[in-house]
Amino acid sequence: MRILFAGVAAAALLVAGIAHADAISDRQALIKKNGGAAGVLAKTVKGEMAFDEAAVLAALKTINDDMKQFRELFPAGSETGDTAASPKIWENMDDFKAKIAKMISDTDAAIAAPPKDKDALGPVLGTIGGNCGGCHETYRLQKS
Amino acid sequence: MKRFAAALVVLAIAAAAVFFWLTAPSRMPANLLVDIEKGDSVAGERVFYAGGCTSCHAAPGAKGEDRLQLGGGLALTTPFGKFVAPNISSDKKTGVGSWSGADFANAMLAGVSPDGRHYYPAFPYASYVRMETGDVADLWAFLKTLPPVSKPNAPHELSFPFNIRRGLGLWKMLFLNGDPVVAIDESDPKLARGRYLVEGPGHCGECHTPRNLIGGIDPGRWLAGGPAPEGKGRIPNITPDATGIGDWSEADIAYALESGFTPEFDSLGGAMAEVQKNTAKLPAADREAIAAYLKAVPAVAGAPAPSN
Repeated sequence: MRILFAGVAAAALLVAGIAHADAISDRQALIKKNGGAAGVLAKTVKGEMAFDEAAVLAALKTINDDMKQFRELFPAGSETGDTAASPKIWENMDDFKAKIAKMISDTDAAIAAPPKDKDALGPVLGTIGGNCGGCHETYRLQKS
Repeated sequence: MKRFAAALVVLAIAAAAVFFWLTAPSRMPANLLVDIEKGDSVAGERVFYAGGCTSCHAAPGAKGEDRLQLGGGLALTTPFGKFVAPNISSDKKTGVGSWSGADFANAMLAGVSPDGRHYYPAFPYASYVRMETGDVADLWAFLKTLPPVSKPNAPHELSFPFNIRRGLGLWKMLFLNGDPVVAIDESDPKLARGRYLVEGPGHCGECHTPRNLIGGIDPGRWLAGGPAPEGKGRIPNITPDATGIGDWSEADIAYALESGFTPEFDSLGGAMAEVQKNTAKLPAADREAIAAYLKAVPAVAGAPAPSN
């Protein structure tokens, strides 16, 4: 009987671990996509890429979409495993989600009124960068 | 037996006297501080952001204008105990409003309080000692323009033997010196400025260099990173080694300090997010100088940089 319970518990943990492994790898992939999109915006502001309205809009939409999915990928239990997500996320889930909501609304605003040149894009990137840093400051662990 | 006991007591008193003499706090010579009250507060703002004062002395999590309310209170939990940053606002009773410029200079450049006691080097005077008195005077002028905050200081929470403040006299003999850490081409003004900013007010080494058991930094592994002082995680290697930022260009480093974005458009996090808010406020030439210096320091293998 005890062996049965132990077996079921082990199986449940394994399934949970696998399910959470998906959440972890999915959210890591999304945040990398964010980095790519931020790169397009940053290179444009720096003048390394020519200003391309379509590319800028696509990058803003990428970040906007990513964060909507990202928000759902922190179920209880996914703090264990190969993740840089700090336990503080689950201790302060409201604040964590509020920070994501801010990024979504900031990019919503930029999508609704897209910047027309790199000078207009500068402050938008500043806000986005500040959002990235604000979350990473508290909610991402510095791994070795 | 009685004579032996008496001899022991004499020896103990003599040892205490030697200890007291060796560890006496020394203030700066007054002739070096003649112009300390003649600083320029506009220039002082640049020193303020180079020195990162707000990151410890404002309330934890302060944003925007609140970063200029320097009432203290932030706790630094280290292997030596918990240090609580004091109030350095212009409040006369709970801040530094009744200090003289000389008091401030002695704190920054000698690690000594106005009442003649050693400060704990959690206050990074071991880096600030390399600052020019002109910059300290400017910083003092700027601090005096900031609002008073009424907030009494909370004491540190330290265990034996770190709670024996006088013992810091010995620590200072071992680790406090104003010499440059890294030899550079002194005729290059950008490198010289970068070295000054990083080794002096920027106090980057205080986090980015590993420490020995009694908290002195290890100059042979300058900026090679190490365990985070507050326990969890690691502080990155910022030397030009492959395990550091060797594949970053000077422009990459300067841009990261300006925007928070790494060359792979990851965003600096942890304690560095707060530092980057300060470096963002420096003139571009200062960030470029820091970048030039970081490309010039010896490459030292350390903990691998975090994967992006």
